[in-house]
Amino acid sequence: MPVAVRTPRRIVSKPTRTDRVYERVTLTAGLVVLALLTLVGVFLLLRSEQAINETGLLNFLTRDGWRTDIKPPRIGALGLIVGTITVAAIAVTIAVPFGVVSALFITEYSTARTRKYLTAAVDLLAAIPSLIFGLWGFLFLTGQIVPLSRWISRNFGWIPIFKVDKGANLTGSMFIAGIVVALMVIPIVASVVREVFAQTPQGEKEAALALGSTRWGMIRAVVLPYGRGGIIGGAMLGLGRALGETIAVALILGQVPIINGHILENGGSTVSGFIARRAGAEEFTVSGLMAAGLVLFIMTFATNMVASVVVARSRSGAGLD
Amino acid sequence: MTDVRDPNALGQSPETLVLPAPVQAGSNGGAPSAHRSPPNRLRTPRRPRELTSTDYATMAGCFLSSLALCWLVFERLTGGAGWLGFGLSVWFGFLLLYFLVNADRHGSMVAADRVVTAIVITGSIVMFIPLVFLIGYVVLKGLPALTAHFFTDDQRGVTPVQEATAGGAAHALVGTIEQVGLALAWSVPLGLAAAVFLNESRSRWRRLVRIFVDAMSGLPSIIAGLFIYAVFILPYAKTIPLFSFNGFMASLALALVMLPTIIRTVEVVLRLVPDGLRESGLALGASRARTVWSVVLPTARSGITTALVLAVARGVGETAPLLFTAFGYDLMNSNAFSGPQESLPLFTYRNILKPDLSAVARGFAGALVLMMLVAFLFVVARIVGADRSTRKARRSFRSRVTSHRQKEPSS
Repeated sequence: MPVAVRTPRRIVSKPTRTDRVYERVTLTAGLVVLALLTLVGVFLLLRSEQAINETGLLNFLTRDGWRTDIKPPRIGALGLIVGTITVAAIAVTIAVPFGVVSALFITEYSTARTRKYLTAAVDLLAAIPSLIFGLWGFLFLTGQIVPLSRWISRNFGWIPIFKVDKGANLTGSMFIAGIVVALMVIPIVASVVREVFAQTPQGEKEAALALGSTRWGMIRAVVLPYGRGGIIGGAMLGLGRALGETIAVALILGQVPIINGHILENGGSTVSGFIARRAGAEEFTVSGLMAAGLVLFIMTFATNMVASVVVARSRSGAGLD
Repeated sequence: MTDVRDPNALGQSPETLVLPAPVQAGSNGGAPSAHRSPPNRLRTPRRPRELTSTDYATMAGCFLSSLALCWLVFERLTGGAGWLGFGLSVWFGFLLLYFLVNADRHGSMVAADRVVTAIVITGSIVMFIPLVFLIGYVVLKGLPALTAHFFTDDQRGVTPVQEATAGGAAHALVGTIEQVGLALAWSVPLGLAAAVFLNESRSRWRRLVRIFVDAMSGLPSIIAGLFIYAVFILPYAKTIPLFSFNGFMASLALALVMLPTIIRTVEVVLRLVPDGLRESGLALGASRARTVWSVVLPTARSGITTALVLAVARGVGETAPLLFTAFGYDLMNSNAFSGPQESLPLFTYRNILKPDLSAVARGFAGALVLMMLVAFLFVVARIVGADRSTRKARRSFRSRVTSHRQKEPSS
């Protein structure tokens, strides 16, 4: 008996004309975003050509100092890069413990009502403009931190980075800048980590408690392992933000573009702060600033890419064992 | 006498309520220890995390002894570390003593738990102390220079010798409004379309675009200004007046900063729109475009508004992108398309850097207005955001839960 083979009918959706327009428009919007970021890199590269050609890429990246008044001009970004990384490292070292602790408080310790207010407060902290943080750090916090810096240098001066020359000015140091940037980074870390912590499976938490664990035992056995990816991602996101932080650092640091190993002393500079303080400079300097900006762009871009991949993974649960 | 209530008297792990066969989670490897507790003692179950008055006394004692110890060490022996250093060391000392005392009384497991609780609570409080100080400081410093003239005058004819209340920042307010308004005009259509693209389409570019948006939200804002400067102002400033320092350029840079905020927040909101609504729209024969336009976007309206308000709050406070674009100007310039323009953050930044005290005071008034503006926008965002969407979401969640419960017995 011949039976007609029943192959399922293929379903083809034929978009209407509006749909085709709609798809094209949204796709274009997506691609424009892609293109914008690419263009940022391309244009910074183009405009930095003059400075790079005159000093050489290797020289630019491995020398510090910024003299455009001599012939030939001698500019190097190493001092800026080292300063940027130092400030960001100080900021992240301070911000990550605080961010994780406050995320823990919000997800595990607070009641539902305080949780709402705390989340709002963290968001508010994140919304305060960096200018105001900088202002406050520059004119108020500096005076409060200087005695601490002096004490650290007096008692821990034998550690090379805490060393201070005799009679050195302790205001406007990278340590102070790092603390102020940390205050700006904490809410970012806290909100990323909080989101990840909130996704810890309730059943496993209850299981840990039911087995007789203390709350800390439960956190150590369940919440922290689950949130590990989130903590790393949040820290990197915070690092990205700290690397690019501009106005606060521009106000606090003197922006001297040479390598300064003494974090408690006046001095030091960051790429973004240096660029901000040189707004409206003459052509060759601007070209050098573009090159420095390109370096900063690449640094933050790479950090943020890795961070977003790590966070996305920890959210979807793919990074867990 | 709190002795009876003391969980250690029962030989149990004190933070747990284990009834029939308690297992000591400590040193003796989980051997049953119920029979070790004297039979004549009352078994008072201890509520986990309960603190008795002895515990509070311990806490106070640890704090006081840490205070005294640090005072001795710092003020007498090493000579001062400022209140900041003093506070920090008192805190560390307290945690150490607290751990030791609790380890002695309850065992190290409980001690660790309590110390972590103390760290978490105090750490979270410490995080908000700077917020209080910051707001208080800016308000205190800004209020004296804040007069009605601040909102009506510009800096025409103001010399460094005049007091802080001379002149005002009307030009900065106008500049901020124009620049942020224009920036919204560029970034909102693009941002909405990109968010729709990320959430509603099934394009293979989606992943890449999302990663780029994430990376873009971490783009240092100074780079945004530098980019606009590199593209337009550097090559064309002398030939095309539109492409020189002006508010329009600033709005482009701000749009670049606000764009990722808009895309990310709107995308999150769109994700909350139930799929059922989309499917209903499509099942009724609407095209995809129609469904997005008439079903998805209106459903997410309040969330989208929140996203826009947050983006404005972000854009209003940005200084760095304006340094290379709007440049700053002391007089009123209400034409955003020609000539340098002031804005509130630029006004603050430029005045703070001036050497005379009255200018610094003026800068503080600017900072105060800026902070109030941001706080206002933030509150608006919370109200708008909390208004319909969450209530609706909560209601729908509740109804889903109850309907689920009703179904359960029958199935």
